[in-house]
Amino acid sequence: MSNPLRDMEKPDVIFCIGTNMTECHPVAATRIKKAVHRGAKLIVADPRKITLAEIADLYLPLTVGTDAALLAAMAHVVHREGLIDQAFIDARTEGSEAFFEHLQQFTPRWAEDICGVPAADIERAALLYGRASAAAIYYTLGVTEHICGVDNVQSLCNLALMTGNIGREGTGINPMRGQNNIQGAGDSGALPNNYPGFQPVTDPANQAKFERAWGRKVDLEKGITKVRALDQAVAGKIKGMLICGENTLLSDPDRAHCEKALKNLEQLVVIDLFLTETAQLADVVLPASAWAETDGVFTNTERRIQRVRQAVKPRGQARPEWWIVSQIARRMGISGFDFESPKDVFNELCSVSTLYHGVDWDRAATGAYHWPVPYDGHPGTPRLHEDEFPIGRGKFKLITYRDPAETIDESYPVWLTTGRRLQHYHTATMTGRSVGIDYLLPEEILEVNPTDVQSWGLKDGGLCRLSSARGSVDVRVKATDRSPPGTVFCSFSFGDVPVNKLTGSGYDPTTDTAELKVCPVRVDPL
Amino acid sequence: MNRTDDKTENKQPVGTINLDGAEVPFYYGETIYQVSQRYQSNIPTLCYDDRLEAFGGCRLCIVELEGARNPVASCTTVAVPGMVVRSKTKAVEKHRKVLTELVVSENPRGAKIDPLRGLASQELGELAARYQVKGDRFAGKQSGTTNTADDNPFILRDYDHCISCYRCVRVCAEQEGDFAISVMNRGFATQITTEFNQTLSESACTFCGQCVQTCPTGALGDRKAMRAESLPGPIETTRSICPYCGVGCSVDLMTKGDKLVGIRPAMDGPANEGALCVKGQYAFDFVQHPDRLDTPMVRNDAGQLVAASWDQALDRAAAGFARIRDKYGRHRVYAVASGRAPHESAYTIQKWIRTGFGSNYVDNCSRA
Ligand code: SF4
Ligand code: SF4
Ligand code: FES
Repeated sequence: MSNPLRDMEKPDVIFCIGTNMTECHPVAATRIKKAVHRGAKLIVADPRKITLAEIADLYLPLTVGTDAALLAAMAHVVHREGLIDQAFIDARTEGSEAFFEHLQQFTPRWAEDICGVPAADIERAALLYGRASAAAIYYTLGVTEHICGVDNVQSLCNLALMTGNIGREGTGINPMRGQNNIQGAGDSGALPNNYPGFQPVTDPANQAKFERAWGRKVDLEKGITKVRALDQAVAGKIKGMLICGENTLLSDPDRAHCEKALKNLEQLVVIDLFLTETAQLADVVLPASAWAETDGVFTNTERRIQRVRQAVKPRGQARPEWWIVSQIARRMGISGFDFESPKDVFNELCSVSTLYHGVDWDRAATGAYHWPVPYDGHPGTPRLHEDEFPIGRGKFKLITYRDPAETIDESYPVWLTTGRRLQHYHTATMTGRSVGIDYLLPEEILEVNPTDVQSWGLKDGGLCRLSSARGSVDVRVKATDRSPPGTVFCSFSFGDVPVNKLTGSGYDPTTDTAELKVCPVRVDPL
Repeated sequence: MNRTDDKTENKQPVGTINLDGAEVPFYYGETIYQVSQRYQSNIPTLCYDDRLEAFGGCRLCIVELEGARNPVASCTTVAVPGMVVRSKTKAVEKHRKVLTELVVSENPRGAKIDPLRGLASQELGELAARYQVKGDRFAGKQSGTTNTADDNPFILRDYDHCISCYRCVRVCAEQEGDFAISVMNRGFATQITTEFNQTLSESACTFCGQCVQTCPTGALGDRKAMRAESLPGPIETTRSICPYCGVGCSVDLMTKGDKLVGIRPAMDGPANEGALCVKGQYAFDFVQHPDRLDTPMVRNDAGQLVAASWDQALDRAAAGFARIRDKYGRHRVYAVASGRAPHESAYTIQKWIRTGFGSNYVDNCSRA
């Protein structure tokens, strides 16, 4: 997030797109509710009539995968109505002229045909956002898990840049991170393109810096993403894999492909708490100590660095991951793994990361620092981009709408979109083993609009078969007008409804993020 | 509370009041109670939760205000320059004792509530101890009857202990915006309930547990934590962060011996300021679930995963990766780090790939 969580109570206008916040980030959603109560206007764009949509001043029910069209038309109106912040554009951005020229074609009428939102509502949304003195954007995977995820995010940046809604209290472009420490995993360098602290591997200066720190020259080329690595495992190029704490088989798209990849490896090593579906395919399974059994650091969605602490002894022989990985490294004769505590590891991370340079294990314990903390004595950065962007000037990007990788047709006439639910988390390895959670949500359900339930011959509470070009799963039907006609929703939390057997139609070309939010399917009664 | 940056850091005091003989500064909009908290004046409260609008219902927090005919509730009275406030006189203390007697009499078993029930569950018991009240003076009437029909696994609704402070109703409305809880009837017939008097799962309740944590009597109880009431030993707490979503709510882990028995929201948690959701509040016991892996495992010649020692498993893993690297080259091994494990996990994994193979063949699980 560019802005801290406490800023969520400050905007005049809040624009939530592709974020089911009351279920996926419930405590953050309470801040939005408070802002609305105080009088802030809320715009919600989502294919499903989620809880946030019910309290919104303006709800934009767009067709799945059409965010870029909606956002281009909003930008068109903001420009046409003269709601741009010229002073900000002059001082902080570049490329505005070409961008405004490019916008001419994207009228609300044009967008209405693509995204299904009435042109008048697109106008209203643009006016609300454009006229606010502080407007903030919040988004989640509903924006990024598309073949055009990067385009969608850049479209949001364009809106914020043209109205100067960045770098101030109550503004910003705020992705809500889904997993507790997904931010921290990236910060720590577990990325094919960046060293710790998002320092690009393609920069020779960084290569030299890390060679000094670690005594080994690392490729100047980017590595490949996990998605490509799985492809290459199927092709027989990748031969060995270490997977830590991820139930890849259930969480990743196209399960059949994924299973083939993992089975094709000469060696799969899995570090996990449980013998997950993925761990069952491994050659070596290493038991990790869990949350509450381990000391360490998490960084949350607002870039706040916080300490987690051990309260109970690890289960059986379980050990922390840093110890396990260091042991593998040492047994391979790799130097630089003489860590004796999580503190040693974290302090080394701080020493090589520009973003963490001014924190250490003890300062992390205060929970007071938002990165970047570039040097000793720096107070941290709750709000990004207050004075300048890391790249100097903010660049407007010329985005053109593209259809999803697969679109509905005669054989697969229904849109499936996937996501999370309040009660469960991911593949439910944790929530599924916590007493009482199944009382709230005993099994997966497919949310179908009541008119579709009727016309497709389904029964509310009955079973149906959901099929895509890649496979099929059986699931119980729930009639609800949260789903619009022609679109159904299901989560990926239950092993007996492995909905990711169906997904995997395409990937964003820049990030390789899977298009999990859109998948054409057929729904047949059982 | 973490609101200091609004109230004390950035702003100048707007004046002083005289509190028990001392001139003390206050900030714009502060109540007498808020000012007094900085000076250990020890004013008791019962219907007060500093995250909520002051309610002024219990009157335990009364103080004498020079010029006012009757004592005023300090939690609702805003400080004005020159006010002369006496918070410790015999008269107010006596008044508070009578009020405590009245409340305790509504709640005869109230003095002994297991602290596992909730974060604020000891407040009434502490007041009773402070004013040496046993509750026999007005014994008889009480408001609220326990709801035994609600068998949800998380929230006990033991309204026999209810004193109608409405903290639960207010936290649900003001903090959560859910409006799942409401009040029925008045006086001794007062009953905390849900809309249409249903069970919580039939209401708008999301089981965030906030009502449980603010209840000052234990009338609302954390059923999951209460399973550990019979375990011996004191409750210890350890500050940590919720393991679920990216909001990063601060929690206190409650343990008895080596058993994780429950979770409390941290009122001073910077991301959550005391709030939690159902996952952070109640989904903790996966940690000590029997399905946890106890030992390393390796696949044997018959193709089965069998228990192994750490030495065996680590040697096998190390040898396998080294063999692949030496036989096929540096770009044949790939690692995926977890988005749930701490930084130290991801850092060692990427360092292992980069220094062991000289490649950037590493990712985390954010792309799916
Ligand atoms: S249930 Fe607890 S919090 Fe709610 S009104 Fe009764 S005593 Fe107060
Ligand atoms: S308590 Fe809920 S909102 Fe807070 S971090 Fe945990 S899962 Fe997220
Ligand atoms: S605490 Fe002030 S009236 Fe209850």
